[in-house]
Amino acid sequence: MDNDAATAANDHVSFLKYKGKYKGIRSWILSTDHKRIGILYLMALLCFFALGVTFGFLIRLELLTPGKTIVEPQVYNEFFTLHGVIMIFLFVIPGLPAVFGNFFLPIMLGAKDVAFPRLNLLSWWLYVTGGVLIIASILMPGGPADTGWTFYIPYSVRTTTNVIITGSAAFLLGFSSILTGLNFITTIHRLRAPGMGWFKMPLFAWSLYATAWIQVLATPIIGITLLLIIVERVFGVGLFDPALGGDPILFQHLFWIYSHPAVYIMIVPAMGVISEIIPVFARRTIFGYKFIAFSSIGIALFGSLVWAHHMFAVGMSDTGQFIFSFLTFMVAIPSAIKVFNWTATLYKGSISLDPPMLFALAFIFLFSIGGFTGLIQGALSVDIHLTDTSFIVGHFHYVMFGGTGMGIFAALHYWLPKMFGRMYNLKRAKVAFWIIFVGFNTLYFPMFVMGWLGMPRRYYDYLPEYTIYHQISTVGSWILITGMIIMFTNLIQGLRKGKVVTERNIWGGETLEWTIETPPTHDNFDKIPMISTPPYEYKQNETEELPEEIIH
Amino acid sequence: MIAQASNLVHTVDQTFYFIVGVSVFFLVLITGCMIYFVIRYSRKRNPKATNIHGNIPLEITWTVIPTILALIMFWFGWTDYKLESTPPADAYNIDVTGQMWHWTFKYPNGVEMDSLFLPLDKDIKVNIRSKDVNHSFFVPAFRVKKDAIPGRTNTAWFRTEKEGVYNLFCAEYCGMKHSYMITKVVVIPVNDFNALLNRKLNEMNSAASKDTTK
Repeated sequence: MDNDAATAANDHVSFLKYKGKYKGIRSWILSTDHKRIGILYLMALLCFFALGVTFGFLIRLELLTPGKTIVEPQVYNEFFTLHGVIMIFLFVIPGLPAVFGNFFLPIMLGAKDVAFPRLNLLSWWLYVTGGVLIIASILMPGGPADTGWTFYIPYSVRTTTNVIITGSAAFLLGFSSILTGLNFITTIHRLRAPGMGWFKMPLFAWSLYATAWIQVLATPIIGITLLLIIVERVFGVGLFDPALGGDPILFQHLFWIYSHPAVYIMIVPAMGVISEIIPVFARRTIFGYKFIAFSSIGIALFGSLVWAHHMFAVGMSDTGQFIFSFLTFMVAIPSAIKVFNWTATLYKGSISLDPPMLFALAFIFLFSIGGFTGLIQGALSVDIHLTDTSFIVGHFHYVMFGGTGMGIFAALHYWLPKMFGRMYNLKRAKVAFWIIFVGFNTLYFPMFVMGWLGMPRRYYDYLPEYTIYHQISTVGSWILITGMIIMFTNLIQGLRKGKVVTERNIWGGETLEWTIETPPTHDNFDKIPMISTPPYEYKQNETEELPEEIIH
Repeated sequence: MIAQASNLVHTVDQTFYFIVGVSVFFLVLITGCMIYFVIRYSRKRNPKATNIHGNIPLEITWTVIPTILALIMFWFGWTDYKLESTPPADAYNIDVTGQMWHWTFKYPNGVEMDSLFLPLDKDIKVNIRSKDVNHSFFVPAFRVKKDAIPGRTNTAWFRTEKEGVYNLFCAEYCGMKHSYMITKVVVIPVNDFNALLNRKLNEMNSAASKDTTK
């Protein structure tokens, strides 16, 4: 047992300075503190994000002119595969749950850690191993996979590139995701502070709860699919490869049974972040708490039943087409409910446009465009024209980047000062925001236009009539990247040299993370709080006088 | 603008513009409200917020109206699709084969070509196959797309309505030269089309007889 003096010395020391069993780097990579693990994820994620952005930049650069601009077709195909695999498996899927979920879920629930801290550390190690394997596949002979992130059979069994390595990496990353989900479900069920009923939980926790169930239920399917591919390749059992008597469409079904719900693993936590930020910066209670909470669950349920809308052109039965198109339209409803409730939360608020709020409002706008273009593709006949064109690329970037990406940027600006006790430059953050917003739309909006005009996706070369749209889009990528460089430089400088913040409640939030020290102590709470009211009450609005800070 | 060259474009485009219209309306509504609230209820103008926990009639309204609109969109898409998926019995059959990285079109008289020549004002049914990996037969001007999957025969149909030359793309990623798996669709009057097929047939036969005489 630790002696009392050492324990006392560790009291009220921030988790960043806490002295545990290990020193130096090992005090991080072997730590079971959910906050340190959150930061480990953050560091790794940002490295992979930088890599993913680089490949995205190179894709756009190649498409600046018809014909060859910088690389040969084979290399271009590897670029878009790596861009997709890195962004999806290493950045967007783990993104919010692994970083901000890990760091803030226990705090928001009034707990000292997640339910299984060691499992949590294992998740991180699996994640890093998966990431390293993907990097290894780039460097090993044979070269990185060139199949697109969808690994469609039979092409993926014909190509000589390192598909198996990339696939195994996805398998490991899947395990990491399942363990995180399991951990969060247990944490939410078992570790809520006394008095915190389900409807007194912050909405970010609700969104992580819905996400965690998808992670646990859907992810094993991609794992099993990968095992079946190995069975097919090693034992020659014909499952997917038509040359062996298998069915390539079966692979597409199994792939999307996971990968469509995975889209909701990516977006639902971002919706949770937005639901946290909007009431805080509007200084009022959230509109329709229960509708927002239940719509997360609704999305998780319906979202698991729409996978074949990725396959309207493969030749499914009419019954299949009917059902999947119908359910696709139904899954739009809970998302619409959320958007309406967020907008209504602004009504009669007292709104301040700090950087987290700007990103949150951009989320609503860009995610709405992503959602509406989703409706366009939900209609069977229209989807048949649009599927596999750049319209789809535009659509999912509006949802994944305009939605989840902006959600992550919002979360960074909202919570980083709490995590590290230092503030970034607010003015520069706003400048970066506007550059990102303009660059984003310049980059992705032309994709809708050229997609409607018939520009297929995953094309190295294109016909001259599409040139203008490609060029606008590529210029957009430069603007977007400039904005992101300014944003990340500002955040990193803020963490290193920014103004020290010790104030507990930086933004005027009412969830539990704003009641504890900045940065939090190792145990988060000196005394586990008792909860008696729902979050986002803003009682000061109901008293007669204005709170003092506003008068002055 | 994108060419409108088959019977399918009318309904597909109507559905598309209907959904785009509804979407633009709601996007403007949401964004307009957002901007108005941000200005009208800024902390400067409105230092003290009012708590509103919710409003059930409002929640019902904005659940029911989008649901009805979504059902209408679904129905339009479905009825168009029914039309697309039921070829007329007397349609003219052409076998389409995709392989890395080109297309082959085989006509009922045995002629094979690598551009898709089509007679004007005729119902055409394409039987789509693949020799190796997945491809997709995509003619934007017709709003037609169907995957070519090895081991299967997929079909699609359309009625040609306008003379002209259109693009045919491979729309399912198929490896290195995916973006070069492009050819032309050429719609010509029926007489010219028949003449072309006969000429090609004669060329083919004379080539074959030359082969046998050697």
